Amino acid sequence: MDERDLEERDSVSVAIVGSGGAGALTAGNFLLEAASAAGWQGLLSRTVGPQIRGGEAAALVRLATGRIECLPDHFDLLIGIDWLNAHRFGAEIGVGPNSLVISDPRGGEPPPAIAAAGARVVELPMKEMAKAIPNGRPNMIALGVAARLLGLGVDVVSALLEKRLADKGQAAIDASRAGINAGHEAAARFDFAPRLAAPRPAGTRRWLVSGNEATALGAVRGGVRFAAAYPITPATEILEWLAPNLPKAGGVLLQAEDELAAINMIIGASFGGTPALTATSGPGLSLMIEALGLATAAEIPVVVIDVMRGGPSTGIPTKSEQADLNIAVYGCHGDAPHLVVAPQSIGDCLFTTQWATYLAEALQSPAIVLSDQFIGQARAAIERPADVAFIGQRARATDIAGAYKRYAIAVNGISPMAIPGTRGGQYTADGLTHTERGIPTSGERDHNAQLDKRRDKLAQFNFGAHWATIEGAGDLAVVTWGSLTGTAREAIGRAAEDGVAASLVAPRLLSPVQPERFAAALAGKQRVLVVEQSHGAQFHHYLRAHYELPSDVRVLNRAGPLPIRASEIHRAITQWR
Amino acid sequence: MSSAAEAPKVATVADLLAVAYQIEADAVDRYDLLADQMETHNNPELVRVFRDLARAEGIHRDEIRRLAGDIDVAAHAQRVAKWQRGESPEQVNLGEAHYLMTPWHALQLALVGEQHALAYFESVVATAKDAGVKKMAEEFVEEEAEHVNLVHRLLRKYPEPPDSWSVDDDPPSQQE
Amino acid sequence: MSSVDMRLACKPADYKSDIKPIWCPGCGDYHVLMSFTRAFAELGLPSEDIVVVSGIGCSSRIPAYTNCYGFHGVHGRSLALAAGLKVTRPELTVVVASGDGDGYSIGGNHFLHACRRNIDMTYVVMDNHIYGMTKGQPSPTTEPEFDTALSPGGTGLRPFHPLVIALASGANFIARCFSGEPNETAAVLVEAIRHPGFSFVEILSPCVTFRPDEKEWKSLVHTAPVAATNDPAKAARRIMTDDGFNIGILYRGDRRPYRPAIGAASVDLSELEKDFEL
Repeated sequence: MDERDLEERDSVSVAIVGSGGAGALTAGNFLLEAASAAGWQGLLSRTVGPQIRGGEAAALVRLATGRIECLPDHFDLLIGIDWLNAHRFGAEIGVGPNSLVISDPRGGEPPPAIAAAGARVVELPMKEMAKAIPNGRPNMIALGVAARLLGLGVDVVSALLEKRLADKGQAAIDASRAGINAGHEAAARFDFAPRLAAPRPAGTRRWLVSGNEATALGAVRGGVRFAAAYPITPATEILEWLAPNLPKAGGVLLQAEDELAAINMIIGASFGGTPALTATSGPGLSLMIEALGLATAAEIPVVVIDVMRGGPSTGIPTKSEQADLNIAVYGCHGDAPHLVVAPQSIGDCLFTTQWATYLAEALQSPAIVLSDQFIGQARAAIERPADVAFIGQRARATDIAGAYKRYAIAVNGISPMAIPGTRGGQYTADGLTHTERGIPTSGERDHNAQLDKRRDKLAQFNFGAHWATIEGAGDLAVVTWGSLTGTAREAIGRAAEDGVAASLVAPRLLSPVQPERFAAALAGKQRVLVVEQSHGAQFHHYLRAHYELPSDVRVLNRAGPLPIRASEIHRAITQWR
Repeated sequence: MSSAAEAPKVATVADLLAVAYQIEADAVDRYDLLADQMETHNNPELVRVFRDLARAEGIHRDEIRRLAGDIDVAAHAQRVAKWQRGESPEQVNLGEAHYLMTPWHALQLALVGEQHALAYFESVVATAKDAGVKKMAEEFVEEEAEHVNLVHRLLRKYPEPPDSWSVDDDPPSQQE
Repeated sequence: MSSVDMRLACKPADYKSDIKPIWCPGCGDYHVLMSFTRAFAELGLPSEDIVVVSGIGCSSRIPAYTNCYGFHGVHGRSLALAAGLKVTRPELTVVVASGDGDGYSIGGNHFLHACRRNIDMTYVVMDNHIYGMTKGQPSPTTEPEFDTALSPGGTGLRPFHPLVIALASGANFIARCFSGEPNETAAVLVEAIRHPGFSFVEILSPCVTFRPDEKEWKSLVHTAPVAATNDPAKAARRIMTDDGFNIGILYRGDRRPYRPAIGAASVDLSELEKDFEL
């Protein structure tokens, strides 16, 4: 293809699809790492079938010179090593008339959704080419193709091979290099215009990290030194990162026999003075609800990460949704206000978890962190998140004279906590309604006094500007949360280019609610577009329950597994007159 | 009931005084505990009975302390007054308590306690090798026999309760 | 102060709080409370260094009746609370109190894994063969023919044998006691607390309100005729063939307790992000 016909782009994207050991995900990871090492920003997400091994899989990669908010509406390039069972997630891979699809003629037919999009389809016998190379693999062919067409260059990718395949031996390295070269050469004949612009010089240090990893590091930075673990998709990686790393920080992780044990273990550890955390998903959170009520009533700080997945019940474990808002905010029986926060991006997972740890300790309350499968399991090359000074530090009772009142009514609602081993501070923590001394009671005065205390300590706390992301101007506010924050931001940016102004309001703090701050954020707005990944529009109902909204409200909501795209939000903004 | 094999060994007068002291001190604690139980369970008549019994045992305990003179019986008791099996004789059986119990029941328990104490000191008399210990034990036997008679006299004031004494029309209350 | 003097100075009354128990007069748990305070006094531990962790049920009310630290948690989860606490604060003495419902029914799974994990703590189950707090339903140790409102005519189910389960799951110390012998029980508790690893002490503790028939337990209990063994197979045979009223320490194992290192960081926190750096 003629160099003059190339279009330099700030962002290009590729999806690599294959099954049964084709190695599509490995190719995607290589691409992301190579591009990141060379200075580009990158975002990788994956979609997989239900099998443990050999299933259908797709690596979805977006590379850019600047910050990446979300996956693209359409992938510029789609490489199909094979299409077996790809129809299961075909609709998730956005493809348009300008997309190029490279298909192995022996790999079956592309899914109908892709065929119907009007993209150009060309053929490349990747499996055959791989067979011609000793120990050759088709995913390396695909990698070479992608490197060529996206404008990465083969050297960038080759350089990574030495590093990544060092333990597989020289033969594997040679075979992979040969495969990449073969793919790179073969791609020369393809008509593909988009080219990734040169990477910007790195102004700051950069990381390649997943949301789950960032979550785990944020917890340790916030002071967590005990974790209890019960594995569940898509949260397990948080616990797997903590298992070797928490001990390096002087902490310990214990695998529990079930989520009921996990939540109670962290409550026990926290009662003993150690900031503690567990991570789970919707089904696990359901099991933990009773104990979260206990921690709320006994005023014991704990952090629970919920990496949300498709629900209800077992749902779709490998896909993302935003439908655990209700259980997180309202799940406890009785009136049990507690902290709920939600990170807005992969990098924000670190900040929000660290902040949650700090808040939980300061307010002696459980904090639920609502992450989701998309940001939890996606990997991105991002600017290194800034260090923040939030370290969990609860008010401790020491030098106790006289009868100790664990739950003393105080001005700010926070009563210092005696840690076991502190003389004079002995008390029995209890889920039963209690007096200021912690003695069980069924009386009206103490019950109301303690309910007021626990509500007021949250209500009077100054959460600062971190409570929400508020950007932009215009009389239309796009109100969303979690991983859709970035998608909305991209849509708003495009609408601005089209001359339509809209602002973004994305709460990071979901509980306790902030009516005054929210009202200020919506001041002057006449229209609100609520965007959320929930079939029952949980966020919309939450907003209506706790906040004043203008009379003109539209809701763009849907369940998973298809993530709401920037183009959809853009259309909703620009077509609303 | 504690047999001689499980009761504390008494070699000296100091030992005997310490054990006797502990028997009474334990009785005070036991009757006070029962009084507390009756108070929590709204049986004021029995609160009075058990407090009275505790007070009486307290007087016995204080007498023994006076009798011991310079000997620190409380401290010595911690060393020697240990029952490996069962409890000290006047620690009436908690398992026999009932929230609707009557003074007759309480005094029956007290009677058994005094009889056990009497039996204990009689066994000390029988097995004592030291003359001083034997003499003092004989005195305690007399003392306990007097207590037994006292309880019998008190019991005459209270009739045996009817069969319906433990009937409660209200069902048990579920608390959690 | 030497440890001997410390012990002399500690009296059981030092470990009792001023809160009056709500247990029915005649309840075996009053004696168990006595055993606890006598054991603590014998051990001479400062009360602020002891934590009594419990679940829900009559037996689980015990923490507030001591003046140690206490945690009255939710139903069945006391062992999990205790595990998180002990692993992060290994210097504390942790005693877990439960009943046959809280411990063997809803808490059954955690019981298995607590024995398996062998963290150093002492688990005391006050077994009265009934759910007392909720007015008399059968528990996993209730006799099959015992009639209750929830199981008319009896459950017809064979009761659990918790001591065998404990042995099979890896408990390092197994004993059975009777509440009516508080001094003996206190002595067993002292040994159980001193013994490293997971110590399991079942205390038969009659329920005067819902199991008045249990008054006869005091005639049925008898001292175990043999000394404790450290041979699990021998212990299994003994425990599986006893009549359920064999009192004493039945098994003393040699498993090393699980005690993960905790405390000082071995690296600077900034090292942890090295994996992510490009």
